Amino acid sequence: MISHPRFYWGETGNDLTPTLFKLPIPASRNLVPTGYKYVLPDQNGWSRYLHFQAAWVVVFTGLLYVIFGLVSGHLQKNLLPGGADVSWRSLSTSVASHLRFERPSEAEAWSYNVLQRLSYLFVIFVLFPLVIWTGLAMSPAFVSAFPATVNVLGGQQSARTLHFFVSLALVLFLLVHVVMIFLAGFWSRMRAMITGRAATPRAATNAATNAATNMERT
Amino acid sequence: MSDLSPREASPRKLSRRKLITGGLAAAAGVAGLGVAARLAQKYGLVPPDHGGIYGLGETLTYASQRLLTRHSLAREFPRSQISKPPFANEIEPLTDQFKRLQAGGFADWRLSVNGMVARPASFSLDQLKSYPSHTQITMLQCEEGWSYIAEWIGVPLSHVLDSVGVLPQARYVVYFSIEPDTWESIDMADALHPQTFLTYGMNGDELPVGHGGPLRLRLPRQVGYKSVKFITRLTVTDSLKGFGKGVGSASAEGGYAWYAGI
Repeated sequence: MISHPRFYWGETGNDLTPTLFKLPIPASRNLVPTGYKYVLPDQNGWSRYLHFQAAWVVVFTGLLYVIFGLVSGHLQKNLLPGGADVSWRSLSTSVASHLRFERPSEAEAWSYNVLQRLSYLFVIFVLFPLVIWTGLAMSPAFVSAFPATVNVLGGQQSARTLHFFVSLALVLFLLVHVVMIFLAGFWSRMRAMITGRAATPRAATNAATNAATNMERT
Repeated sequence: MSDLSPREASPRKLSRRKLITGGLAAAAGVAGLGVAARLAQKYGLVPPDHGGIYGLGETLTYASQRLLTRHSLAREFPRSQISKPPFANEIEPLTDQFKRLQAGGFADWRLSVNGMVARPASFSLDQLKSYPSHTQITMLQCEEGWSYIAEWIGVPLSHVLDSVGVLPQARYVVYFSIEPDTWESIDMADALHPQTFLTYGMNGDELPVGHGGPLRLRLPRQVGYKSVKFITRLTVTDSLKGFGKGVGSASAEGGYAWYAGI
């Protein structure tokens, strides 16, 4: 991106063709007309290696996550919104409370609210598949075997432009996600994410009840 | 009692059964990886730059694309999609040797072919042009992000390799530019691929110097840096260990992936 901060639509694009848009940043290559008088150092070698290795990590962990999520029922139970939640009324209530930056209620802290569910499903089943698809559609070897993957996107440069926007959406999701974690209580949320166990009032109450029943038995 | 942490209250504990199943699964995984690595070596699915922290990703990419794309053809385009004018990127200052050959209209340009071949040979441009010429209208895409479509005219590399008789143990073709320290290599799947050309013409004309004229190795299924300009030598080999630092190409030595089909 930094070596060629120009974006196009269609099959081809280069310094001699009109752009769809340009990023207002300097480039790491001499010939690109950026308007800046200096050129950034070239970092493409290692960053391409890292990018394509990370792509495999995304594919493997993503597959594992989706398969285990389906088998264990996590996706159906925790991510698929309940029927009543997918109404305009409940959606607008949720949007409004988010816009007011209200802290989640106790019940909401325990499970995902409808907006969370919809955005997680969108990220898992729309953004990630799209970022993988548009990435593969830029690969000259991959599209030689599967030309339709780039043709339906409108061309190789279209795939690059779409890849840019989809990755931007993923970065945006990550940032908002992290901000929400801070708002909801950083340490308890982080612990819940890493261990899979939520330290909510409900869990503590359950624990206390269990302990009490155990003591009664002995 | 209410200050019990959820962890202590959790009914999930690491049982002996879980420990054993987990251990067995891990052992099976490691053994599976070992077998996979052995098979990959045997079927030529490991790139020469497989060492280092990015080696695993590179090997996965190369191996999976070799399995999927061994014979597939790069997309070809209608004549109407040829980029006008084609974009020529920056080239290093031309060497004196190149300028001398250019002054003579490249009449003395030679392509030598050696290594694991039955009949090492040296070809003039006229000799290469006397072979049946082929054309392809394909895209050149640079790893930087830009691209153009052109008609490329040349002789398939496989034709030249056939004429010198490649030995059966050959696994790679290394190709060298007249520019110092500019060389790449490809496996036999790419070397014998029908769209891998020794290119001497472009868009119905001579191949301009800016695009690698008088002779460029054109490889439409990998990004641009594998299509080396100003080709003077091909060496057929069964191992890349003896070339430079042994990672297969000058770009791999400079930190860029050897396999660039991405």
